[in-house]
Amino acid sequence: MNSKLGLDSKKVAYARQLAAGVAADVQNFVDGYTTVAVERTLCRLLGIDGVDANSVPLPNVVVDSLKAAGVLSEGALFYVGNAMAVLGLTPMEIAERISAGTLDITKLEIKPLQEIQKALEEPINASMERIRARRARREKYLREIGEGPKPYLYVIVATGNIYEDVVQAEAAARQGADIIAVIRTTGQSLLDYVPYGATTEGFGGTYATQENFRIMRQALDKVGEEVGRYIRLCNYCSGLCMPEIAVMGAFEGLDVMLNDALYGILFRDINMQRTLIDQFFSRVINGFAGVIINTGEDNYLTTADAVEAAHTVLASDIINEQLALIAGLPEEQMGLGHAFEMDPMLENGFLLELAQAQMAREIFPKAPLKYMPPTKFMTGNIFRGHIQDALFNMIGIWTNQGIQLLGMPTEAIHTPFMSDRFLSIENAKYIFNNMKSIGDEVEFKEGGIVRTRAKEVLDKAIELLEKLREEGLFSALEKGIFADVKRPRNGGKGLDGVTPKGSNYMNPFVKLMIGGK
Amino acid sequence: MSGGLYSMEEKDYDKNLNLKAIKPYGDTMNDGKVQLSFTLPVPAGDEAVEAAKQFLKGMGLDNPQVVFFKELTPGFTFFNCYGSATHTVDFTVIHVPKVESTVMDMPATDEYIRENIGRKLVVVGASTGTDAHTVGIDAIMNMKGYAGHYGLERYDMIEAYNLGSQVPNEDFIAKAVELKADALLVSQTVTQKDIHIKNLTELVELLEAEGLRDKVILACGGPRITHELAKELGYDAGFGMNTYADDVASFIAEEYVRRHNKK
Repeated sequence: MNSKLGLDSKKVAYARQLAAGVAADVQNFVDGYTTVAVERTLCRLLGIDGVDANSVPLPNVVVDSLKAAGVLSEGALFYVGNAMAVLGLTPMEIAERISAGTLDITKLEIKPLQEIQKALEEPINASMERIRARRARREKYLREIGEGPKPYLYVIVATGNIYEDVVQAEAAARQGADIIAVIRTTGQSLLDYVPYGATTEGFGGTYATQENFRIMRQALDKVGEEVGRYIRLCNYCSGLCMPEIAVMGAFEGLDVMLNDALYGILFRDINMQRTLIDQFFSRVINGFAGVIINTGEDNYLTTADAVEAAHTVLASDIINEQLALIAGLPEEQMGLGHAFEMDPMLENGFLLELAQAQMAREIFPKAPLKYMPPTKFMTGNIFRGHIQDALFNMIGIWTNQGIQLLGMPTEAIHTPFMSDRFLSIENAKYIFNNMKSIGDEVEFKEGGIVRTRAKEVLDKAIELLEKLREEGLFSALEKGIFADVKRPRNGGKGLDGVTPKGSNYMNPFVKLMIGGK
Repeated sequence: MSGGLYSMEEKDYDKNLNLKAIKPYGDTMNDGKVQLSFTLPVPAGDEAVEAAKQFLKGMGLDNPQVVFFKELTPGFTFFNCYGSATHTVDFTVIHVPKVESTVMDMPATDEYIRENIGRKLVVVGASTGTDAHTVGIDAIMNMKGYAGHYGLERYDMIEAYNLGSQVPNEDFIAKAVELKADALLVSQTVTQKDIHIKNLTELVELLEAEGLRDKVILACGGPRITHELAKELGYDAGFGMNTYADDVASFIAEEYVRRHNKK
């Protein structure tokens, strides 16, 4: 692609090379460890689901029993597979017996590896097939009824009640939304389990549960058929249950997942080791399931200044891209995040935002970039807010963003009313149509504000990546390089769920899923 | 349907400002003009418009006008409306409890603390409970501050600790004790189903149970917080919209001096 910004492609390649080094170091660490969340995910991939009498999910029951016995490092597949080989039971039957206290799978005789692998074959194939079928179903819909043009219009629903969310989502789809994100209840990211069943009580959002996923997917399929457009469903594969939510989404046909360890580290104080290990497996699953991931760099600009910290967003996007590639997630599924968060009173701020968005577009040409609306400088003045969102929409269509998270005039006041969503969709559709080809028509002056700004941000991102390459990601996070937030390597939530892999450890899904379609 | 660009309606009411009986102002004193938008759970049509008008009348609005309506999804219609308020408010008897302190800027507050207290004040802040939003506490505490108002971290005479978000009340108190906090700041952004009230109340109860309530200056803040609400919940002050680090710092400094002079 011809750069409208005059970006030096050699510099971009150099930046990627630095980021690839950073990512490889992270992966070297990740490869040696597993976590309780990864192991629970493997339980789910064997078909273990449901809860016990105290509402504890059975995957937690199984994994907690391994942890209590001090053998988590050998992994769930080894022990469950062995129990299957010894007892001839299904994984679900084994989980139920562990839950009832009638079986301790760590005390059984150990069968030869081959027999364990043989026993695991059937449930592994079944879940691989289940995910493949879900993916095929999406692809069939896309072939048959199609989808909206990019940028996809992304809106949130957040009533706390999945059935009310359905009403809101259907309305939004009819108004023109392409992606419905069901915001999670506040605090779910810090739960070390995934709640079970349909839920009707949440604060600022709705619990992510497999049943809620199913209910919303079914509703969106129906309304998608009605409006003649496939409606994508988005949820949040972040926090302490990253890979578990990924596998639930893969089973239930989610299309987009927030999936970013860096976000969890910085903004939820989740331990960096834990979440980077979790992230790898969750991205393997998302990649295989055809799910677009969204990364959270936009959030850096809610705490750090959007003009000064622009390069940190770019540097992080490039690292996130490299981490995703290692997990087998193709560029076409990388909704790398960035945002329109500069102070609206800034002179020529629009041009700086434009430079930033165009630069992201050119550096990640195949990625369905996730473009976040203004939030930090939304004041409760809904009238000005609507105009800020309009400027944001102009840049979205101008620079051909992939996923436009629609800003709401009532941002900073309440979770969106049905009418807020309508006004925002109307705003975006008006501008996307009225300015459709502006990007093809307008070029940027050599030596002008836009080109100069893009070059400056890229140069600063490279400087930062050089530093990161030298320091490593962990130590950089300890020093507060992103979002002005410092996080200790051994601090934060979830570290006690991390363990080095033992000699019997197995997770064949990584190999099966990477590159497997 | 609309009243037209140029209103021809007669204006035969008193056009003088009377603070004992004020009304909204559109373009003429006492015209009472109010602008509203809302959604009714009915399909669009004449009946829906009539329902909207009756709804406006029920709110005490004369001459209700529906200037725009649109069915958002089957069974839900959105309206933009205008009307003229019939009731009035006596402005002369209004009393709103306010944070009683003189707002000083950063250098003045630093100077005030240096002179009157002679040591740094320790301020510990957090977004507590399940609230994941740091935007409020960051705006008040971060070095950079917000909208040109430097945060508490930049004050020479304040030792500021921002614990971030989703801090359980118990941990918050433990940290406050450890740091020997003079003042605690709690930020609450999520207010759905009044979760912030429960959380703020819980903190006060815990502090009282530990016998710490009187030993610290306790303030809360957030877009939906008012000073009145804060006082009601047992806080010393509440900081809502359009308040900045200056307001918070001045209050803490002056309140500290007030308390310690009494003793």
